[in-house]
Amino acid sequence: MNSTLALILVLAPFLGFLTNVFFGKKLGKSVAGFIGTTTIVVSFAISVLLFMTSKDTVQISLFDWMQLANFKVDFGFLFDQLSILWLLFVTGIGSLIHLYSISYMHDDENMHKFFAYLNLFVFFMITLVIGNNFLVMFIGWEGVGLCSYLLIGFWHKNHEYNDAAKKAFIMNRIGDLGLLIGVFILAALFSSLNFVDLKTIIQGNAGALNLRWISIAAFALFIGATGKSAQIPLYTWLPDAMAGPTPVSALIHAATMVTAGIFMITRLNFVFDLAPQVQTIIAVVGAITALLAATIGLLQNDIKKVLAYSTVSQLGLMFLALGLGAYQVAVFHVITHAFFKACLFLGSGSVIHALHGEQDMRNMGGLKKAMPITFWTMMIASLAIAGIFPLAGFWSKDEILISAFHGSITLWIVGSVASILTAFYMFRLMYLTFFNDFRGAATQKSHLHESPALITFPLVILALLSFFGGLISLPTNSWLNHYLAPIFSSTAHAEHVLGSTEYVLMAIAMLGAIFGIGYAYFKYIKKQQLPVEPSELTGISKVLYHKYYIDELYMALVVKPLNKLAAFFKKSVETAISDFIFGIGELTNAIGRAGKELQTGSIGLYLFGFVIGVGTILFYLFLA
Amino acid sequence: MDVTIILLLLFFGAIATYFSGDKFAAKVALFFSCASFGATLYILNNFNAGLNVGYFSQWINLPKIAFALNADGLSLLMLLLTTSLTPIIIYSSFGNHFESSKNLYALVLFMAFAMCGTFLASDVLLYYIFWELALVPIYFIALVWGNGSAESRKKAVVKFFIYTLAGSLFMLVGFVYLYQKTGSFLLGDLYKISLSPTEQSWIFLAFFLAYAIKIPLIPFHSWQAKVYQKAPTIGTMLLSGIMLKMGLYSVLRWQITIAKATAIEYKNWYIAIGIAGVIYGSVLALRQKNLKKLLAYSSLAHVGLIAAGAFTLTIDGMRGAVLQMLAHGFVVVGLFYAAEIIDRRFQTHEISKMGGIRSQAPKFTSMFMILVLASVALPGTFNFVGEFAVLYSFVQVNIWFSIIGGLTIVLGAYYMLKMFQNVMLGETNEKVFNDLTFNESFTFFLIIAVIFFFGLYPKPITDLITPSIENILLQINRIN
Repeated sequence: MNSTLALILVLAPFLGFLTNVFFGKKLGKSVAGFIGTTTIVVSFAISVLLFMTSKDTVQISLFDWMQLANFKVDFGFLFDQLSILWLLFVTGIGSLIHLYSISYMHDDENMHKFFAYLNLFVFFMITLVIGNNFLVMFIGWEGVGLCSYLLIGFWHKNHEYNDAAKKAFIMNRIGDLGLLIGVFILAALFSSLNFVDLKTIIQGNAGALNLRWISIAAFALFIGATGKSAQIPLYTWLPDAMAGPTPVSALIHAATMVTAGIFMITRLNFVFDLAPQVQTIIAVVGAITALLAATIGLLQNDIKKVLAYSTVSQLGLMFLALGLGAYQVAVFHVITHAFFKACLFLGSGSVIHALHGEQDMRNMGGLKKAMPITFWTMMIASLAIAGIFPLAGFWSKDEILISAFHGSITLWIVGSVASILTAFYMFRLMYLTFFNDFRGAATQKSHLHESPALITFPLVILALLSFFGGLISLPTNSWLNHYLAPIFSSTAHAEHVLGSTEYVLMAIAMLGAIFGIGYAYFKYIKKQQLPVEPSELTGISKVLYHKYYIDELYMALVVKPLNKLAAFFKKSVETAISDFIFGIGELTNAIGRAGKELQTGSIGLYLFGFVIGVGTILFYLFLA
Repeated sequence: MDVTIILLLLFFGAIATYFSGDKFAAKVALFFSCASFGATLYILNNFNAGLNVGYFSQWINLPKIAFALNADGLSLLMLLLTTSLTPIIIYSSFGNHFESSKNLYALVLFMAFAMCGTFLASDVLLYYIFWELALVPIYFIALVWGNGSAESRKKAVVKFFIYTLAGSLFMLVGFVYLYQKTGSFLLGDLYKISLSPTEQSWIFLAFFLAYAIKIPLIPFHSWQAKVYQKAPTIGTMLLSGIMLKMGLYSVLRWQITIAKATAIEYKNWYIAIGIAGVIYGSVLALRQKNLKKLLAYSSLAHVGLIAAGAFTLTIDGMRGAVLQMLAHGFVVVGLFYAAEIIDRRFQTHEISKMGGIRSQAPKFTSMFMILVLASVALPGTFNFVGEFAVLYSFVQVNIWFSIIGGLTIVLGAYYMLKMFQNVMLGETNEKVFNDLTFNESFTFFLIIAVIFFFGLYPKPITDLITPSIENILLQINRIN
C-alpha cells in the first residue's frame, strides 16, 4: 500500500473532471465520455488491487490542514475493510453508469459537462469514503451534495428542476448542521476527529466516558445521516431529485451518495454502541420511513418516482438494521441494494430513452417484446428487491427482518409489511410497463426498440450481480461478516444460528413477497386495471398519492413562516430601527430649529431672559 | 525595512495617481498598490525570520503622541488583506469608465493608506486619526461616483458619514478618559492600567458604539444596505472587503483587551448580538430584490458570526474570526464583482431583470458558482476553515450558540442558491450576455485561487496569527 496508488485512486476522477471542464467541448462528445469513463475504471482497478492486497488498516497523512485549540486535523486517508468495500461498489457501479451514460447522454449538447460533474461526484464520494477524519469525510460529504445539486439541475432552463436541486442542497444542509454539532461535541470530548484515534480513546476509557454527551453527539450525527440518506424527517428531497438525468438517479440517488449516512454510522459504530436510546430512535425512524415510503410508492405513476420512494423505503430498512446494531447486515443490504436499484434505474432509463422521455407508466405497457434485455434484467432486479429466493435481496432483507424479530416484534411487523408492499409496487411497475398492450402514441410504437449495447451491457452485469450478490453473505457462512469483523467493537450480531424460528421467518417473508406479486398480477394482468386519474382519487389513496401532504406541511410550517418573518423584518423592523437611529439625528435638528426660533433679534426678549436667568441663579445660590 | 514603507507607498501613490492624469490614473494606482503588496510580502518574510518590522518615533510632545506602528502577526495579516485586495479591486475596475478617474483612484489609494494605518497604529491618537481618515475617501467615492440620483446618493452617504463619525466620538471620549488616567496614549501602557469594573463597562460601551456601527452589528446597521447599493462597486468592495474589518480588528486589539472584565462578564450577551445578526441578516437576505442589497445583508450575517467568534474569548473563536475576516474579504469582493459584471452588461442590479445567464456565459457561471459555494463555506474553501473554528468555539461556551449560529449554513445556502437561481438560471435571457473578458476572468481567477489555496492549506495564516491571538488572550486573562 503506497501513497502514490492512493493519490491516483482519488485524483484520477478529479483529473477527468478538470479535463472535461476545460477541454470537453473541444474534444467532442465521444472523447469526453471516454475520458470520463476511463478515469473511473482506473479508480475501480486500484480499488480491486487494494482489495486483493491490503490486509491491515493503513493511514496516509498528506499534510496538516486545520489547527484548533485542542486538536489538529490532517489531510489524510484511511484504508481499511470498510472503506475498501465501499470503494469497490462506488467505483464499480460508477464505471458501469459512466459507460451507460456515453450512450444515454449522447444527444445532449452539454454531455462533456455531464461527465465532468459525474467524475467530480465520484471524486468526492471517494474522498468521503477514505477520509481518515471527520473533516476530510465532510469535504466528500458536502461535495457529493454539491454534485447532486449540479446534476439534479443539469437541465437548468427548467425552474422546476432548479427548485428540486436547491431543495436537495438545503435539506442536506439541515442534516449537515446536525453532523457538525455531533462533530463539535466529539472534538470537545476527545480532542480528536481522527476515526482510528477516536476508536482507541473511546475503547481505552470505557469506564470514564461522559455517556450523556456521547448520546447527544450520536443523535446529532444521526440527524446528519437522515439528510444524506433520506430518512424522516429530511427525506423529501430525494423523490424530487428524480428531475436529474436517469444515470444520476441511478448513481447518486440510489447506489452511492444516499449510502453516505449508513457509511458514517457504520464507521462510528463504536460511538453508537454507547448510545442505546439513540439506536432505538434510529431503528424506529428507519422502520417508519420504510413503511411510509413504501405506502407512497403504491400510487405513484411516474416510473422514476416509484423507484425513488422504493429507495427511501429500502434505506429505511438499512437504518432499521443499524439501529439494531446489526451493522454488517445494513452494509450487506447497502451492497445488494446498490446492485438491484442501479439496475432498476438504468432499466427505467432505457425505457424512458426508448419512449423519448415518457415517464408516466400509464402511457407504457407491452414493452416486453420490443425490449427483451431491459425487461429481463429489470425482472431479475425486481425479484431481487421483492426478496425472492435465491436472489440477492432475499438474503439481505431476510437478515434485517430476522434481526428485527430478535429485537422487537413490532419492528419486525413494520419491516415485513414494508417488504410486502415493496413486492407489490415493484410488480405493479413491471406489469404496467412491460405487459399487456402498448398504451402510448402510435408514432412512439413504431419506434420502439431495444437500447444499444452500451446501455444493455451494464444492465446485464447488474442483473447478474442482483442474482448472485447474496453469495457474499450466506446465513451460515458469511464472507462479509468475516471480512468486516475488525471494524466492529461488538460481535453480537455477527452470525445468526439458523434454527427453526429463522426458517419460519424466511418462509413468512417469502410468502409475503409472493402474495404482493400475486396481488399485483391479479390487479394489473388479470383485471388489466389502470391507475385512475389523480384527480379522481379519494380517501386514503388521495393522501398517499399526495405523499401524506408532507411537502405542503413543511411549506406551511417552515418555508412560509420564514418568508413571512423576512417580510416582517424588511417592512417593519428595518424601518423602525432606521427611524429610531436617524430620529435621534432629527431630534437634534428639531432642538436646533426650536432654538433658532428664540433668536428673534428683539433686545427686550433677550433682556427679559437675562433677568430671569440671573434671578434664578441668585435665588439658587443664596436663598435655597 | 519596516512597515512605514507600505504607508509611504500608498500615500505617495495616491499623490502620484492624482498627478498622473485621467488617462493613466488606473494603471499608476495599480502599480503602487501592487508595489505595496510586494512590500507587504517582503516584510512578512522579514517578520517570519524574526526581525522587528514595527516603527516608533516620538511625534508630538504635549500631549504625548507617538508615531508608533505595531507589527505583530494580526496587524500584518490585516495589512496583507488590505494590500492584496486593493490591487484586485483596482484591477477589477478596469472595465469601467469613470469621470475624472485620477481623483477616484487617488482616493482609493488614500483609503488603503488610512486603513493600513488603522491596522498598524499602536498609539491611540494616531489610531484615531487613521480611523477617521479612512472615512473621508469612501464618503467622496460613494457620493461622486455612486449609482442612482445624486439626491438619493447624498441622503444615504451623508447619513452613513455622520452615523459612523458620531459613533467614533464616543470612542474618542473613552480614549481621552484613559489618557487622563495613564498619561499615555500607547497601547502597551493602556494594557497595563487597572480599571474598576464600572470604568471598564463605560469604556467597553464607548468602544462598542464605534465598532458596532462600523462592523456593523445589529441594530446599528441601518446605514449599510443603502450605502452598499448606492456606492460604485469599487467603493462597495473597499467597504465590505476591508473597511468593515477595521471594526472587527479593533474589537480584538482595543476593546476586549482594555475593557476585559466587561468582555468576560457579559460575553454571552455580545455573542448573542453577533448571532442575532447572523439570523437577522440571513432572513432579510431572503427577501431582497436588489443584488447589491442582498449581498449587503449576507455580509451583515457573516460579520455577525465573525464578531460573535471574537467575543467568545477563546482561541478558536478569535482565530476563526481572523481567518474569516480574510476569507470574507476575498469572497465578498468576488461577489460584488459578479454583481458589477452583470451591471456592465444589463445595466441593472434588480434581480427580477436578470435570469437565463448561465446558458450564455458558462465561464462566468462557473466563477460565480464557486464564489457562492465559498460564501456558504463549503469545506475545501477558505471560508470553511474559519467558520468551522468559530462554530466550534461556540460549543465551548454554550451548545445553543452553535446550533443557532450554525443555522447560517442552512439559511446561507437558502438565500444564496435562491439568488443564484434567479440571477443565473432559467430560460435564456433575451438580452445578450457576453461571457467574461480576459481581464474579468483573471480577476476572478486571483480571488478563487486564494479561496482554494488557503481552504486546503491555511497553515501559513494560522501560524502567522496564533502568537498574536495568544498574546491577546494572555492580556485578557491577566489578573491585575
